[in-house]
Amino acid sequence: MATKTFSVAKLPGFTTTAVLVFIALYLPIFTLVAYSFNASQSVAVWGGFSLDWYAKAWNNDQVKDATMRSLIIAVSAAVMSTAVATMAALGTTRRKAFKGQTFIYVMINQPLMVPEIVTAVSLLIFFGMIKQATGIQGIGYVIFAHAAFCIPFAYLPIRARLEGMDLTLETAAADLYASPWQIFRHVTLPLLLPGVIAGAMLAFVISLDDVVITEFVKSGGQDTLPTYMLGQMRRQLTPEINAISSMLLALTVVLLTAFFLLTRKND
Amino acid sequence: MSAAEKAQAAQSTRNGWLLSTPALVILTLFAVGPLMIVAVYSFLAPGQYGNVEWQFSLDGWRGILWTKDIFDDTYGLADANVTIFWRSIRLSVLTTLLTFAVGFPTAWFIATRPAKSRALWLFLITIPFWTNLLIRTYAINEVIRNEGLLNTLLLKLGVISAPIQLLYTDTAVFIGMAYVYLPLMVLPLFAAIDRFDMKLLEAAYDLYASRMQVLRRVILPIVKPGIIAGSILVFVPSLGAYVTPRVLGGGKQMMIGNFIDLQFGQGRNWPLGAALSLTLLVIVTAALLIYVKYANRDTAHGH
Repeated sequence: MATKTFSVAKLPGFTTTAVLVFIALYLPIFTLVAYSFNASQSVAVWGGFSLDWYAKAWNNDQVKDATMRSLIIAVSAAVMSTAVATMAALGTTRRKAFKGQTFIYVMINQPLMVPEIVTAVSLLIFFGMIKQATGIQGIGYVIFAHAAFCIPFAYLPIRARLEGMDLTLETAAADLYASPWQIFRHVTLPLLLPGVIAGAMLAFVISLDDVVITEFVKSGGQDTLPTYMLGQMRRQLTPEINAISSMLLALTVVLLTAFFLLTRKND
Repeated sequence: MSAAEKAQAAQSTRNGWLLSTPALVILTLFAVGPLMIVAVYSFLAPGQYGNVEWQFSLDGWRGILWTKDIFDDTYGLADANVTIFWRSIRLSVLTTLLTFAVGFPTAWFIATRPAKSRALWLFLITIPFWTNLLIRTYAINEVIRNEGLLNTLLLKLGVISAPIQLLYTDTAVFIGMAYVYLPLMVLPLFAAIDRFDMKLLEAAYDLYASRMQVLRRVILPIVKPGIIAGSILVFVPSLGAYVTPRVLGGGKQMMIGNFIDLQFGQGRNWPLGAALSLTLLVIVTAALLIYVKYANRDTAHGH
């Protein structure tokens, strides 16, 4: 039966197209990674295998600073957005639809609907005003900007997890005289945890990847890894960019694999 | 409803709002609120060194399409702006069409794999989706630049005698956008095809439908919500693209996003930049509303 459905579902040229698409999708990425091992000074000519560019990137203080800053921002933004998104998810699920719920949904999903460049420009203006009025500089602006656009990404997996959760365990705990806080602490939260971790990981990756908003919000000397790379791309390219990209790529793949294992096991 | 039930419902609503408040505060301060300031700025006059003069002016909005003649103060169509708008719309439409043309067979291929390998194929689409956009754009740069993979290969094969200048052209931006936004087309298409009942195909073939008829009259109408979702998901970020045209267009082949950036940098015309931002926002919102309308209509019909 299964094989019969399969043959019916075959459409001419579709498999060929799909295979070509997968090749086209991965060939540029493999090229980028391959050239990170290039011994030659230029990105153009292959000069044999070497790990020099990784060593160079590793010892580049600007790269080190930018990496540290990226991680600090991503961790802070992920923690902040996940905390408020968890609360919002608890507030908007598993209760009767209430007045204003749609408004809350629209607000939470707002960052997904507004083009990044528009948000970037609006924050440039807004933070410019605050900086002028208070004189406060610092990385806080970037962190708050990231926390805001990470909220929908943290919210969605947490909400999905909550909606699939069994209410009877909490009812049982209540029947056994657990206080609302005890129920939350010992029943709801442990059950919800995979969703919270998944949400935090998505928020972390989204923050780590951001270029546009950071580029507009950051002050001088506040480069993150992506904005540093964007700046380098205007100059003479060296395989150092490839090495940095490859490391970032590896980190993304590791996080994603973890994310999939985390969400799949608990289906 | 008894009084106790009513009180309980009110309590539940209050808790719902209370729990959502921290998220709403952050979003109001750092996402929605600043948009209001942009709206105000679009009605002000540009400052000499950037920023704004606090006096009312419609020049920002006028400047979107019109330019003042420096000699007689009359307004004429700004050709450069029209070119940028036209490029943005044209490249976004082309990107949507190309990603659909290759994305549909890909989504179909993934959806018709046996259950075990399907997850793997899907994962292979998801990795580029979550990979840094800048890295993917740079990866395309590696392939199409003059000394890149494509030109090297074609030169070695003797197909061309001199490298093709692809980088810093509209074509480069187009290829780049199609590449980076393809997963956004494949994922919703896959979701729609995955729900598609393959028995319908057997029925259609039993009734002597040709492959083309099956595709056009059975498959496409049923997966239409996925097609619309994918098209919106590709069209919207394409129209607002900033990184891809900047890296692959080399600052010359500007799109709306880069044009907005220019106003806040060298252009020193913040009101125009603000008006352009709002214009982009309105177009994107209109596209999303059309999507919501279609999506609701389709569910209303029970698909």
